[in-house]
Amino acid sequence: MKKPDATEQSARETEATGVPGFRTWRGVYFFVFAFFVLVVVLLTLFSQLFA
Amino acid sequence: MNTLDWMVLLVTMIGIAAYGAWHTRHTDHLDTYLKGSKTTRWGTIGISVMATQASAITFLSIPGQGFESGIGFVQNYFGLPLALIIVCAVFLPIYRKLGVYTAYEFLGQRFDAKTRLLGAGLFLLQRGLAAGVTIYAPAIILATVLGWRLDLTIIATGLLVIIYTVTGGSEAVSLTQKWQMGVIFGGMITAFLILLARLPSGLGFSGAAHIAGAMGKLQAVDFSLNPDKRYTLWTGLFGGLFLSLAYFGTDQSQVQRYIGGAALREGRLGLMFNALLKIPMQFFILLLGALLFVFYQFQPAPVFYNRVEWQQHATGTNAAIFHALEDKHAALHAVKQEKIRVWLAAKNHGEIVAESIARADMLKVEAATESVRNEAKAALTAADPLAKTKDSDYVFIGFILDQLPHGIIGLLIAVMIAAALGSKSGELNALGTTTTIDLWRHFRPLAAHDEARNVRAAKWFTAFWGFVAIAFALFAGFAENLIEAINIIGSIFYGVMLGIFLVAFFLKHVGGTAVFWSAIVAQTLIFVLYLLRHRFPALDISYLWYNLIGCAACMGLSWLLQTMLPGKTIRTSTP
Repeated sequence: MKKPDATEQSARETEATGVPGFRTWRGVYFFVFAFFVLVVVLLTLFSQLFA
Repeated sequence: MNTLDWMVLLVTMIGIAAYGAWHTRHTDHLDTYLKGSKTTRWGTIGISVMATQASAITFLSIPGQGFESGIGFVQNYFGLPLALIIVCAVFLPIYRKLGVYTAYEFLGQRFDAKTRLLGAGLFLLQRGLAAGVTIYAPAIILATVLGWRLDLTIIATGLLVIIYTVTGGSEAVSLTQKWQMGVIFGGMITAFLILLARLPSGLGFSGAAHIAGAMGKLQAVDFSLNPDKRYTLWTGLFGGLFLSLAYFGTDQSQVQRYIGGAALREGRLGLMFNALLKIPMQFFILLLGALLFVFYQFQPAPVFYNRVEWQQHATGTNAAIFHALEDKHAALHAVKQEKIRVWLAAKNHGEIVAESIARADMLKVEAATESVRNEAKAALTAADPLAKTKDSDYVFIGFILDQLPHGIIGLLIAVMIAAALGSKSGELNALGTTTTIDLWRHFRPLAAHDEARNVRAAKWFTAFWGFVAIAFALFAGFAENLIEAINIIGSIFYGVMLGIFLVAFFLKHVGGTAVFWSAIVAQTLIFVLYLLRHRFPALDISYLWYNLIGCAACMGLSWLLQTMLPGKTIRTSTP
């Protein structure tokens, strides 16, 4: 069930992220992934620190 | 609970529900009712996604999990950020581009009506089952410890959520979830700070963390490849990825939270908000449980934390056995306390050999204490085979009632009920929407043009599912470990559901007939694996793997079947 404005909406989907420092969504995803890796590393260090 | 607690509880819960219902009482456009306001920003979407996932069990059971097994459960969420990135990049843009109300509408456009009905049917079946658990789980725990009537607790919370969800639909859900999450964050942070303040003087967070670590409660990441271990980095990454991808990408209770909003950007940022915060949030709740464990090392700890259940059986003919167990536990607890103090002193003075000996002594007494707790559970079962022997869900609520000041107790009970209402409203909203859009409108296509009739139907179906959930919670018996029960139900269905969607997105040459029959076979396979797991030890695998197996079976069979079918069945209307 396509909406009448589906094409207009689609055109807007490629717009900028609006997040300061991130021009593309790929950059946002990379940042989130890097943050996840950092969290896993910190959790590992936390476990070792208090083991 | 005293009058102040009741006032805090009732004012926050009824106030939020009334505000949500009042503010959205004029919602009569189908788009707003099913997708929420078109001006919704990413913060509201992000909190709504979080509130839908975080049920009352999250705040009752997970501290108990941290108390009993340590913080390793956090690995269960390792696949979540990766899954949310995939949902943002692949699923969400297509849903928004097609302007669908439900994820299963997309299946109808990509494949055919029967695949859409299958997807919607699988969702209604698994979410309908889980809906009963999410309303029952907090009710049974709160009713037990507070002495409330279970049936009235279920009915009161059920009716409250039905009223505002039916009145304002998706808009009311996201509006109330925002306030409910405010109560939840405020309450949990308050409980954490009070717990830290109640630790023995001079111990502090660092000392408590060292004790928890020495007792094996702070092993957050386990790199083991042993398939028998339920929570490891690998089960979390792979099983958790598939579970999260299925939940966030194909479960309407989540899809409905992020497909609305002012623009695609808002949905994406709302999901990324969850990708960043979910693991730290779960870690915080588990850490609370681990610190509770330390707290109870320096307090008189009960041999069994569900004290109501214990007291019911500790009188009469078995009184002598139960009291002997209590005495044995108390004596060991005192010895353990002393051993912990000796270990701490040796550690603080840097005496490596003495510290090593003291640690071994401490762990030996801890093992003996745990053995007495197991004896207590066995005694309960002997006294009553139907007795509930899992007590970890009662640790945090017991701490709240025993240690927190009045007013804060009311706030923390409000946290549990707010979480129950938040997740329940998201579920009911999704069940009502899917029934209206994918079933009712499918069988009454002419009604699709009458917007007011559609909104009325959506309201009726939402109320219907609310009453089904209440009835299910009132009359069904549930597994003791409720959070796992929900995850197991989800994992049985999610893999195949995800397989259907991944075929839709990535195997463009596969048509509806191939994916439909493959999904039926794959779902049957998962049922067989689940039912035979006790009969054949080789099949007794972690339930997280059902997601991967179901998904892989559905995709593989679809591809295979399509190669055997004539090409004319393929539809390629997908963008």
